[in-house]
Amino acid sequence: MAEATDPPRETFRLSQLLYDARYRSMTIQVVAAILIMLLLVELVDNTVTNLAALGKDIRFGFLWSTAGYDINQQLIPFSSQDTHARAALVGILNTLVVAVLGCILATVIGVLAGVLRLSKNWLIAKIMTFYVEAMRNTPLLIWILIVFAVMTEATPQPREFREGGSASMILWDSVAISNRGVYIPRPIWAEGSGFVVAVFILSIIGIFVVRHIARKRQQDTGQILPVFRISLALFFLPTLLAYFLMGRPVTLEMPELGGFNFTGGLQIRNSFIALWLALSLYTSAFIAEIVRSGILAISKGQTEAAFALGIQPNRTMQLIILPQALRVIIPPLISQYLNLTKNSSLAIAVGYMDVRSTLGGITINQTGRELEGMLLLGIFYLITSLIISAAMNFYNSSVKLKER
Amino acid sequence: MNKKVFLGALTIAGLAAGASAAATIDDVKARGSLKCGSNEGLAGFAAPDANGVWQGFDVSLCRAIAAAVLGDAQAVEFVPLTSQTRFTALAAGEVDVLVRNSTWTFSRDTDLKLDFKGVNYYDGQGFMVRNDLGVSSAKELDGATVCIQTGTTTELNLADFFRVNNISYEPVPVATNAEGQQQYLAGACDVYTTDISGLAATRATFENAGEHIILPEVVSKEPLGPAVRHGDSEWGDIVGWTLNALIAAEEYGVTSANVMELAAGPTDNPEINRLLGTEGELGAMIGLDKDWAVRAIAAVGNYGEVFERNIGEATPIGLARGLNAQWTEGGLLYAPPFR
Repeated sequence: MAEATDPPRETFRLSQLLYDARYRSMTIQVVAAILIMLLLVELVDNTVTNLAALGKDIRFGFLWSTAGYDINQQLIPFSSQDTHARAALVGILNTLVVAVLGCILATVIGVLAGVLRLSKNWLIAKIMTFYVEAMRNTPLLIWILIVFAVMTEATPQPREFREGGSASMILWDSVAISNRGVYIPRPIWAEGSGFVVAVFILSIIGIFVVRHIARKRQQDTGQILPVFRISLALFFLPTLLAYFLMGRPVTLEMPELGGFNFTGGLQIRNSFIALWLALSLYTSAFIAEIVRSGILAISKGQTEAAFALGIQPNRTMQLIILPQALRVIIPPLISQYLNLTKNSSLAIAVGYMDVRSTLGGITINQTGRELEGMLLLGIFYLITSLIISAAMNFYNSSVKLKER
Repeated sequence: MNKKVFLGALTIAGLAAGASAAATIDDVKARGSLKCGSNEGLAGFAAPDANGVWQGFDVSLCRAIAAAVLGDAQAVEFVPLTSQTRFTALAAGEVDVLVRNSTWTFSRDTDLKLDFKGVNYYDGQGFMVRNDLGVSSAKELDGATVCIQTGTTTELNLADFFRVNNISYEPVPVATNAEGQQQYLAGACDVYTTDISGLAATRATFENAGEHIILPEVVSKEPLGPAVRHGDSEWGDIVGWTLNALIAAEEYGVTSANVMELAAGPTDNPEINRLLGTEGELGAMIGLDKDWAVRAIAAVGNYGEVFERNIGEATPIGLARGLNAQWTEGGLLYAPPFR
């Protein structure tokens, strides 16, 4: 019958913070955290003090004053009498347009290049290797400038398109490629065109529904539906039908030479084309490598097993390899999309009026509010990147391995 | 411990930065050279020559300041700045003085916390087009594509001019004069607009300068002058009065050739005597010795000499004096009295 005695009560001594292994790491972390905080406080305080010494304060009122400058590419109406805030918004939209179109084109080219690099055809595989290595190992800025130089130096001036000039429009006189941009027909939306657009959107949704049904049928019964032919028909037929039913409400306005430039039609500026193509080509090289690594990550046994079951090669890719590869591909793909969006800030090199050129360039320069402008710019890119990340993570969770 | 040392160093650096903002003259003397913010290359105004030595109208003012303060016109470090970076660079202390075709405006002088210390070139904005475009007035430019340097006053004037005249245009923003020149020559824009002096300087470098005309309209006032940071009046006085000394020297007939002779002893003209330090103590009043203006004039010559050598009618740029003549000859140059 042993008597239960309390263990000797530990007294806490200050020296334990340093010599006792249980507390030491905590101590170090607390000290490090305090030092980092002090450093941050010092940096902010230093900035504020020095700005005050220069007689500058931090104010955002400049956003509501008149901008006074013009912007060439505007997705929303903008005149020089609008505010700096609206100029920033015009720039933001221009950034988003080039980023979204860039991500789409980069993905298309990247997937193609990645798959083709694995091709058994020696020539194609080597060409793709060359493409990927050439794009990956040279700075993006150089590609932007190269595309821009080609677009401005190698294409004819608008006046060459006049009578007796050396250049002519292509595609039945509907598209003009000049050194000020590419002019394409602009659709004119007359009454009733809303119906046509609605039908088109509905048929796109329809295609997704058909694909979903087909997949379910295939998974449940093994029966394979002709998805591609149905999708193709759905894409064209209902819209065309609606178009003629409503009496052809959508017409095209052709670009025509008038005065100094082409008038009418839609102008796609060289600065936009240069930035868009260069961003897409550059990022597509990285995406190609990601796709290739994703496909190679799937063990060869999977393919062999599929073949043993008598599944055709393209269906093997579609149903067995790609769904598994996507799990490997998506996470690094997110960072490529983020990179592309942030790299679009190189737009200033070719005079594309993105948010870096409007808010972060001209506005800062005309108002002298560098710190405020750069802060806003940083916040914009941060928010955009976080939204892209969130959206892609959502998609990632839908394709990742589901444990049943 | 290391972090503490780092923090301490940061604090001292911060204090030093704060202190240096107050006395540019001490910095310049301690460094032994003047940091002058200049153009990235504008023929006649600021550009390196074949030997890599900076030459030009604006460059000469920097050299005159260096000669006055340091006694050596070559002790200048030229920092090429774009129109977008120039004011930030000056405000941050990267350069001591900005002499870069910068227009003196209200908001730059006040809100940007700069001090413009005078005008070394009275300019105005103009338009350059090809002869074969058949345009004789800027008002015929409806629908034209215009190359324009971003971050300049010309950008705002351009928007105003086209809006007031109710004609449309398409701006093509470029970052530097070189880029604008390349775009204009490639025909990516119909019109290139900037200060008329800049247009003349740019056109002078073209292979076929005769194929381009500068339209008669002058759409703005562009007084270009040297700028310093707000709040350092001693330094501002030195910059401003060096410019005035060059202008006054021309008015009184003091040239780089005769300045030494005139400075040897008092002359009959008390203005010249005070300017050249043979009478009075003007140099000491701005913290320099009595020969400061003599050195500046000896180094680069008077205003007229600087003008004729770099951008005058005998040079490829071929600018007439126009508004930049002395007030005695119908121009706007008018140095306050040296007294």
